[in-house]
Amino acid sequence: MSRDMMPHFELIQPSDMDNAFEVLERYGEGAWKLAGGQDSYDWFKDRVKRPQAVVDLNGIEELKGIRETPEGVEIGALTTLAEIAESDLITGSFSLLAQAASRVASPQIRNVGTIGGNVCQDARCWYYRAGMDCYRAGGNTCYADTPEGMNREHCIYGADRCVAVSPSDTAPVLVALDASMVIRNSARERIVAAQDFFIGPDVNIERMTVLEPGEILTAIRIPSTWAGSTFYFEKVADRNVWDFPLVNIAAAIKMSGNTIEDIRIACAGVECVPRRLTVVEDVVRGSSRDEETADLAASSAARGAIPLNFNHFKIPLLENLVRRAIRDS
Amino acid sequence: MLVELTVNGEWKSADCPPETTLLKFLREHLMLTGAKLGCDVGDCGTCTVIVDGESYNSCLMLAARAAGRDVTTIEGLADSQGVHPIQEAFEELGSLQCGFCGPGMIMSAKNLLDKNPTASRHEIKDALSGNLCRCTGYTKIIEAIEGAGRVMSSDKYPQSNTF
Repeated sequence: MSRDMMPHFELIQPSDMDNAFEVLERYGEGAWKLAGGQDSYDWFKDRVKRPQAVVDLNGIEELKGIRETPEGVEIGALTTLAEIAESDLITGSFSLLAQAASRVASPQIRNVGTIGGNVCQDARCWYYRAGMDCYRAGGNTCYADTPEGMNREHCIYGADRCVAVSPSDTAPVLVALDASMVIRNSARERIVAAQDFFIGPDVNIERMTVLEPGEILTAIRIPSTWAGSTFYFEKVADRNVWDFPLVNIAAAIKMSGNTIEDIRIACAGVECVPRRLTVVEDVVRGSSRDEETADLAASSAARGAIPLNFNHFKIPLLENLVRRAIRDS
Repeated sequence: MLVELTVNGEWKSADCPPETTLLKFLREHLMLTGAKLGCDVGDCGTCTVIVDGESYNSCLMLAARAAGRDVTTIEGLADSQGVHPIQEAFEELGSLQCGFCGPGMIMSAKNLLDKNPTASRHEIKDALSGNLCRCTGYTKIIEAIEGAGRVMSSDKYPQSNTF
């Protein structure tokens, strides 16, 4: 196959939201929303997705930038991951997000990849990405969940015909920080909690988020609830750069002396959505932070997991990440 | 579509289909073949160029997104007066073997040293983390960049040198 080639598309570069909605409406199913493009170009180069029109949202200024609000911080969906990793506002109050953003892909990709794109990226199952007619692609088989299927990177929770995972590093952070997503279409704006923004195959097998075709994720709001808490982020991947997480962990902890007063902890790489570990939260809340609590948290972390043929290792991996998050944060 | 942009200080324009990547635009429309096509998916970084002071994989950027902006490629580093200190250091230490990763490595290094010529070894490794070399094991590359940084941070190095 010839490389560095994409099938032809019309490129439309709207400069404001009204114009963008008008274009999305005009092209309907044939339209493709482009942010940083780091997920999109893969699809196009592989010729798996062939949109009629690519709507490049980068000319819309209101989708960019990090703003302080009375409630916390608002991040435009098209803000790059590099900007987030270096922003004083974010590193000051929500360093958890800065850490996660700085672990996405490579320096070059973080300079163009956006937070909106990072949370909206499609499933990374290679059978699906290769254009096979799996359930997620509208077919009637899952190639990953077969006796020979290569499913080392796939889920240990929430399998429902599809076993792909949420590959995002920033998504579990947004869940842990109680963020909310601002979504607009031509008629209205709606706010969805980060936790409800991501959907599994049981809800809709062809989508990873609640975002409808005519809608645009415009911003992400992080309330000051967890500002300045004790944070822990760790990502484990086969390669430290460019690679997606096998499992990552994001925790925000409010300490009172040595007691864990409150905690949010979430991870990705184990389920189709970022998984909030509420059992761990319940186990450690009110306990002192020590080895014993960390062990207890670890032993409860992977409760109910159902591994596939090649991903049993994700259970001890998740347990150890939880142990470290509690002990070393 | 007509794409107009500044490349290595010169205003250039060319007509290309909208799906053209910046890499293809540079190589096939402007005949600047310094930036290389490696993995085509952002893994290897050999297509790295600097746009408005930040490094990008030119294979993962539409030419249209670089329109009106200031692009620096490896061709912009050397002129008739001589080569860039990074190139000089690479040559002196024999930092490259096959050399395919070179244009990307050097552009990533330049992007770092322009901002921070006294970058530590750790910062250099970080800045090069999106660039793969399959020959050298990176040691000589990192040593060369440290050396180039010393040159670039010395009083004698012309601060007005934009390339």
